[in-house]
Amino acid sequence: MDWGFYTQELIPALNRGLVKTMLLILPSASIGLFMGIVVGTLRAYGHPVLRKIGDGYAGLFRGTPLVVQLFVLYFGLPNLGIYLEPYTAAVLGFILCTSAYQSEYIRGGLLSIRRGQMLATQALGFSSFQSMLWVIIPQAVRRALPGCSNEIIYLIKYSSLAYIITFIELTGEGKILATKYFRFTEVFLAIGFYYLIMVTVADFGLKKLEKRLYIPGFGKG
Amino acid sequence: MTLSENRPVLRAENISKVLGGKQILRSVSFELQKGEMKVLIGPSGGGKSTLLQCINFLIPPDEGQIFLDDEEIHIHRKRDLYAYRQKVGMIFQDFNLFDHLNAVENVSIALRKVKKIAKKEALERAMSELERVGVGDKANLYPAQLSGGQKQRVSIARALAMDPEVMLLDEPTSALDPELIGEVLAVIRNLAQDGMTMIMATHQMGFVRSLADQILFMQEGEIIEQGPPSELLTPGSNTRALQFCSKMDELYEEPEV
Repeated sequence: MDWGFYTQELIPALNRGLVKTMLLILPSASIGLFMGIVVGTLRAYGHPVLRKIGDGYAGLFRGTPLVVQLFVLYFGLPNLGIYLEPYTAAVLGFILCTSAYQSEYIRGGLLSIRRGQMLATQALGFSSFQSMLWVIIPQAVRRALPGCSNEIIYLIKYSSLAYIITFIELTGEGKILATKYFRFTEVFLAIGFYYLIMVTVADFGLKKLEKRLYIPGFGKG
Repeated sequence: MTLSENRPVLRAENISKVLGGKQILRSVSFELQKGEMKVLIGPSGGGKSTLLQCINFLIPPDEGQIFLDDEEIHIHRKRDLYAYRQKVGMIFQDFNLFDHLNAVENVSIALRKVKKIAKKEALERAMSELERVGVGDKANLYPAQLSGGQKQRVSIARALAMDPEVMLLDEPTSALDPELIGEVLAVIRNLAQDGMTMIMATHQMGFVRSLADQILFMQEGEIIEQGPPSELLTPGSNTRALQFCSKMDELYEEPEV
């Protein structure tokens, strides 16, 4: 067996790609989740105009394929004189897409909070913003966490679409190698294995977070 | 109980409210003197709960005015509204403790985030309020781990920590198992004896007889009778309050308080 291909070509290339993939996932997941919380809150409790805008945004980005969104950002925007680096376009696309989905999970979490919680904050003299920040959102996030974790798992895998707009990450590195040596089976199995490891680690971390945030009366411990 | 001073702390004038096309409150007025305990009784759907929630604008009244210490409260002046609500404690029928916070955090959060008191000081104050209502040993338990009576006592501690001038109690024992009602009523009785100004909707007639300074009998959105228990509930007096009270006594056995 040709071990040299694995140790000198495949593994170094995939490791290089893995670093790039992490550079995509980490900001997209964290900023996307934060934006999802903001958008979800506006969609559930915001001013009617903001609510409409939020619904429109979520409808648009959940209703079109991610690959189309990336094409528009990378190949379409230059028509308007806006030129984005492949990395910038990819991260921007992922953030916009993932936060649209996250906003839906957060909105569901918010709508599950009993009205009495809001009444109790108002009766104590909280402003609306303080109520949301200290009582409603902390509860809603706990309710929404399993769904939000799921979206992060999806994001890890759809980050592979970045190579289509020429940002060479894990899948991109692998594809170049596979084409060059015509060894599709081994290469794509290896790529799949890398994603499986990433998802497993992320899942472990997210479950730990769920445990840490656990409170009696919210899900199981 | 004696009225230490003869000035109204809280005054509600001509409060009206329509909800879902139905007139719930018809120009209701009352005032609370300092240290006074008024109780709202009457059939369900008579507007008691809506009236209490109109007083602190959880339900904005369609018409009418509310005064605290002779100052009119305007719902659109947000800063004044929030300050007013801090001075008017509210106890809900179903407690409404914050589900994600333990007992001591439930009591301290408004001190910290609304009154901007330092964490350590807020926690100390919260502990002393929990001890005052007899649940000091439950400080670290979450609402899901407390009994109904304990939850209601924590919610009373939460209101007391804000140093309210007036307390609104909306059927504080109606959601409790019968054997837990006594512990909550005992706390409310202590408050009344300490001179807290209160208005309470309740069906606990024994409690009304022994502690109320004034009874307001509400029916179909109006206060149709008012007066001290000695007047309205004297056997033989031909009042709606007495009829209602006798009916309630037949239906429920009163726990000793």
